[in-house]
Amino acid sequence: MESTLGKPNLTAILFFVLVVIGTMVITYFAARKTKTTSEFYAAGRSVTGFQNGLALAGDYMSAASFLGISGMVALKGYDGMIYAVGWLVGWPALMFLIAEPLRNLGKYTFADVVASRLRQGPIRIASAVGGILVVLCYTIAQMVGSGKLIQLMFGMPYEMAEIIVGVVMLLYVLFGGMLATTWVQIIKACLLLFGVTVLTLLALNKFGFSISNMLGQVQAMYPDANMLNPGGLIKNPLDALSLGLALMFGLLGLPHILMRFFTVPDAKEARKSVVYATSFIGYFYLVIPVVGFTAAVLIGKDAILGIDKGGNMAAPALAELLGGTPFLGFIAAVAFATILAVVAGLTLAASSAMSHDIYVSVFKKGTATEAEQVKVARISVIIFGIFAVGLGILFKGQNVAFLVGLAFAIAASANFPALFLSIVWKKFTTQGAVWSILAGALSATVLIIISPTVWVDVLHHEKAIFPLKNPAVVSMTLSFAVAFIASIMTPDKKAQDQYEEDKIRVYLGVGAE
Amino acid sequence: MTARDFVSSDKFNELVRSRWTFSFIMLAILFVMYYGYIFLVALNREFLAKMVGNNITMGTVLFVLVIIGAWLLTVVYVLWANASYDKKVEALKKDLQ
Repeated sequence: MESTLGKPNLTAILFFVLVVIGTMVITYFAARKTKTTSEFYAAGRSVTGFQNGLALAGDYMSAASFLGISGMVALKGYDGMIYAVGWLVGWPALMFLIAEPLRNLGKYTFADVVASRLRQGPIRIASAVGGILVVLCYTIAQMVGSGKLIQLMFGMPYEMAEIIVGVVMLLYVLFGGMLATTWVQIIKACLLLFGVTVLTLLALNKFGFSISNMLGQVQAMYPDANMLNPGGLIKNPLDALSLGLALMFGLLGLPHILMRFFTVPDAKEARKSVVYATSFIGYFYLVIPVVGFTAAVLIGKDAILGIDKGGNMAAPALAELLGGTPFLGFIAAVAFATILAVVAGLTLAASSAMSHDIYVSVFKKGTATEAEQVKVARISVIIFGIFAVGLGILFKGQNVAFLVGLAFAIAASANFPALFLSIVWKKFTTQGAVWSILAGALSATVLIIISPTVWVDVLHHEKAIFPLKNPAVVSMTLSFAVAFIASIMTPDKKAQDQYEEDKIRVYLGVGAE
Repeated sequence: MTARDFVSSDKFNELVRSRWTFSFIMLAILFVMYYGYIFLVALNREFLAKMVGNNITMGTVLFVLVIIGAWLLTVVYVLWANASYDKKVEALKKDLQ
């Protein structure tokens, strides 16, 4: 059968147009309910735990995890599964350490929590820098990846793909704010889960619904590749520990994920939303290997590599084989919707850091009117949107895979320590927070540049200066150490008193926004 | 009673302590599960390669178990919070009024 992958595909375009029209209708209704800052950033705190769970899953299950992990399993087998597990384990940690206190203490951004009892100015700037750095790295990776994927699936020029993603996502965020973005995430999560489920069932059908039969055929087809056992992904324990820390605690410092917790009415709904999110994401990672292994058997590794060297087209190619052109069209449209939704969430997070943390809290010292705040929020959405498209085009053809690792490393080393310590440590001070954020962000960035991930894979040097692929074990430790030393050196009696008083809000939810 | 006295009361401190004790126990279980798995991958490949069923390796079984285990931990936490934590919070809120 002649593949229609990479050619303009009528059903793909039809499904894509349907998704865009559907989400635009939602945006239209959401726009009428988006007038105040709380509505713009936090959907008026009207989202239920179940809805937020779906939206969180939507934010987290990017095109990279759907196409990337299924491709990795298809090409490398078990290593892709190890990777998938790493992406899930942050969720329980998020629940145990952060979710409820974050909801009770914050308003729109995680910086609200860090700044709640410390000096506003320096904390806001430092957290906004940490937050924007993470979002920027993540966005560049998403934009470059999405341009390539759309090119591969629809045969559309890269630049045009970037601009379409930018414009559609701007319409959601600009007019519909958090409410529209949340619904876009919910729709996308449902479509993705539905698409993956159908694909998995079609795949298992080929093996008489027997996993053992499927794995047996993988083994028979690639007897030398050792597909069913760990390969080269994790070799030494320290590397494993460091990557694990980055993935686990990075989640607890991702601004676009943290921001979702302000959309639910209270801490109880916040914790419920983590269970739902973990259920959807866990299910997703549990079945994705089936898609990968089936693609390896039915499409073949060489054919997958022939379409895209990264293996990203394993799932779409399998969809075409099993469900024909219409199903490929559906999966391609779902992947596109996934990209749109993730970038929309990131843009909203960046906008909140720029306008709420920097403009309103630092420049205006919290005196801006509602109308002014919403206006500034929208302006920063446009600025960030233009940046995202511009950077996407600028980085065309670059190897940006390391940026996701960097985003998680900075999130784990800069944002997470400050956020966590401000919740649990009475003696935490302004100096401690500012210096730990800076130390974490700087060390994570420098170390990843001289690590094998960038120094060898991107810059093509012989040998890396820093031995670990991900720096989290060093940069996180450094960040906590700096927080501790700087806080001990600058005791702050007022902040300690405030910490005691805030406890009513943190643990009982009394006085929470 | 001032806010300050309230948060230093035994009842309130017990709430805070129980919350973090439970959280850190759950986190410790998560760590043992995940890093146990990752360290097996790094250090004991023979164990993971063991066949436990027809073409099913120990590695595949553990992959499923870690994912389900991580999910179960979130369920257990919510059940605990609904049954134990929320009740204490409600009682404390009454005292506050």
